[in-house]
Amino acid sequence: MNRCAAGDQVRVLALGKQGHVRIPHYIRQQTGQIVGYCGTYLNPEDLALGNTAGTAVDLYRVAFKQTQLWPYEDHPRQDRLIIEIYDHWLAPTEDAHHAP
Amino acid sequence: MPHDHPHEEHEALVIEDEAGNTEAQIIADALQDLLIRKGLLTAKEVTSAIARLESPGIHLGAKVVAKAWTDPAYKKRLLDDGRAAVQELDIPVTEARIIVVENTETRHNLITCTLCSCYPRSILGQPPSWYISKAYRARSVREPRRVLSEFGLDLPRDVQLDVHDSNADMRYLVLPEPPADLHALRVADLEALVSRDHLIGVARSVL
Repeated sequence: MNRCAAGDQVRVLALGKQGHVRIPHYIRQQTGQIVGYCGTYLNPEDLALGNTAGTAVDLYRVAFKQTQLWPYEDHPRQDRLIIEIYDHWLAPTEDAHHAP
Repeated sequence: MPHDHPHEEHEALVIEDEAGNTEAQIIADALQDLLIRKGLLTAKEVTSAIARLESPGIHLGAKVVAKAWTDPAYKKRLLDDGRAAVQELDIPVTEARIIVVENTETRHNLITCTLCSCYPRSILGQPPSWYISKAYRARSVREPRRVLSEFGLDLPRDVQLDVHDSNADMRYLVLPEPPADLHALRVADLEALVSRDHLIGVARSVL
């Protein structure tokens, strides 16, 4: 059972992992909102090392406010950035203040 | 851009040698020679693999879009499950999932892959060179409206822009808005109106 649902507020962790990591730096430590559940996928951090026997992990699409990601750029308030984040990179947050 | 950072190893891959070959190409050629000499591979197999990679193209994407414009039930299936709906048209999809994002009067979608060059290749073929450039990958998330204006699209500020970073397992296609004279056009004419740029989102209106 996946732990997040559409509408949940989440924060992207900065796990500091080395190697083939699919969570770009610009999105780490940012707070966003789940917009969709994508299913489970093998962890690319394992696959890159040839480990195809790992546990499949939940993947979500998460939306972030562009004004929050790039405070020095001129983005209209409603513009969003939507990106896929694996479950182990997410932490739930109550901080609805920064919700998109 | 100021050039004051140290060259990292991966940058060597985009620097051509005197013969116009990239380092990766030289290694691939040497490996191919070896495999052919050992009888593990034939040149013909390599050529047919390249043909297979290059056979998908915008004509397949255009077929999907024209079908969605003219068949509301299909459009709903396409937005619900892009992969299954594309496969309905006998297009073999190799990506795990296809997410179709719909442009409307008040929303525009732009696709990018900031980490590499993820792209719905089994539907659209190989991505254009600008799509895999570091400039597009960085700027499409940071200043997407400026990038769009360089493509000739000045998106009104009251139209919401959603940028989709295909960083992981999903692959994306933009469903553009249909032309105003949709019902006056034949399906073949509709397909001819759809460009690759519409499906990535660097173009908006289909006229």
